[in-house]
Amino acid sequence: MAMLEVKNLHVYYGMIHAIKDVSFEVNEGEIIALIGANGAGKTTILHTISGLIGARSGSIMFEGKETTKIPAHELVSMGMAQVPEGRRVFAQMSVYQNLRMGAYTRKDKSELDSTLEMVFKRFPRLKERLGQPAGTLSGGEQQMLAMGRALMSHPKIILMDEPSMGLSPILVNEIFDIIKSVNEAGTTVLLVEQNARKALMVADRAYVLETGRIVNSGDAKELMNDDSIRKAYLGE
Amino acid sequence: MSFLNYLIGGISLGSVYAIIALGYTMVYGIAKMLNFAHGDVIMIGAFTVFIATTQAGIHPLAAILLAMVICTVMGILIERIAYRPLRGAASPLAVLITAIGVSYLLQNLALLWFGSNAKSFKSVVTIPPLRLAGGALIISGETIVTIIACIVIMIGLTTFINKTKPGQAMLAVSEDQGAARLMGINVNGIIALTFAIGSALAAIAGVLLCSSYPSLDPYTGSMPGIKAFVAAVFGGIGSIPGAMIGGILLGVIEIFGRAYISAQMADAIVFAVLIVVLLVRPTGLLGKKIQEKV
Repeated sequence: MAMLEVKNLHVYYGMIHAIKDVSFEVNEGEIIALIGANGAGKTTILHTISGLIGARSGSIMFEGKETTKIPAHELVSMGMAQVPEGRRVFAQMSVYQNLRMGAYTRKDKSELDSTLEMVFKRFPRLKERLGQPAGTLSGGEQQMLAMGRALMSHPKIILMDEPSMGLSPILVNEIFDIIKSVNEAGTTVLLVEQNARKALMVADRAYVLETGRIVNSGDAKELMNDDSIRKAYLGE
Repeated sequence: MSFLNYLIGGISLGSVYAIIALGYTMVYGIAKMLNFAHGDVIMIGAFTVFIATTQAGIHPLAAILLAMVICTVMGILIERIAYRPLRGAASPLAVLITAIGVSYLLQNLALLWFGSNAKSFKSVVTIPPLRLAGGALIISGETIVTIIACIVIMIGLTTFINKTKPGQAMLAVSEDQGAARLMGINVNGIIALTFAIGSALAAIAGVLLCSSYPSLDPYTGSMPGIKAFVAAVFGGIGSIPGAMIGGILLGVIEIFGRAYISAQMADAIVFAVLIVVLLVRPTGLLGKKIQEKV
């Protein structure tokens, strides 16, 4: 059984049919990439999974449970975390307060410190800036904070929305290395990216989205060698 | 000495405005709406204490607690019934107009239940006045209690927001509701909590106001409510220290205006000051310009 299974999903924005009959699955331990152009519906799919947007029809099963009717905040304690597009850190709160917000649903207070240590080990820069308002961090640091914040809830699956957006090439590499190592440490990853090349390099499998529909899918390495993908998304 | 008397009177009145303004500013900061019925919750709180002490013979302190409970429940119900269904409505005007409607509803219910005659509210404060400088400067018990209550509330609220989990969640919701939901924060619950706290504070403000200005009728909360709203905007709406400073400054300006310029013009002066402040500093005294790196 897949950890996350999306079946025949339809989502509307008012009159606009944004997501059309999308089905895909994420197995435990995988990195799955959703790639596609701006406006293809990638973020809409993530927001529907995390409960910020309602689905018109179709189902989303997370660990065997139908989640389309569960409010967003309850999904977090079920083990789903999201790193939103544009990071959306709490700008006026300190780095530490942001991380604590990530652990909002955690009941096991005694283990919070070890999670915090784990986050600091992964993002040493956050430890240096612990008392600083998050709004004063650089874009790359904010991305790290958003990722660290999501990890604080100790998620089974982490949904990442455009983690490389607006970052320098060096930072992009760093972020993708971190995604890989977070995954190796046992967290399943659903990654939404416009940077198809980078996404396909870290992903196990990928789905290609065009105007709300899945038009291609398969093993990430094979998709990278697919002529139509190379032309449309890898700029070759 | 009269200058000092006016100053202390202004700080006292301003403390009441500040306590009311906290409710406006917290609700604005967290639910992004102006709850124009907030002033009328003050009136309900004062009537609760009035009836509990005069007709049921309840001890004033117990009556204040009862008023806080009733106002809290009322605040939560108003939010749940009148405002929550409109959250996410196409226009933010929908909820604003509804708030004005709720304000009239509360005033007219009070008119129906309590009548239009002004009641003479018996002060709940029993502390004797403080006589300083050989009797030239008299500070009433009501003034002392009001100022102390304001300080205690300010410290309590700041501690609550900075040190507790629900307080931190309030900050998070005020910054980004969507991101707060992704943290697992029940945004509706936090908004209800905000209304609860604001309304409980309104009950206290109502009692303090009517203890100093002992006339109570269904419109008692209306003008102080509007002035507290001005105070919140003056200080920078959404900012808790701003509400406090705005409230106290407004009280002092009002009393000085009444004493030195014109008693009839006092309210006009208050609103004129607001206009000037907003022209010079559109975000209010402590309103932040958010600086974010992108």
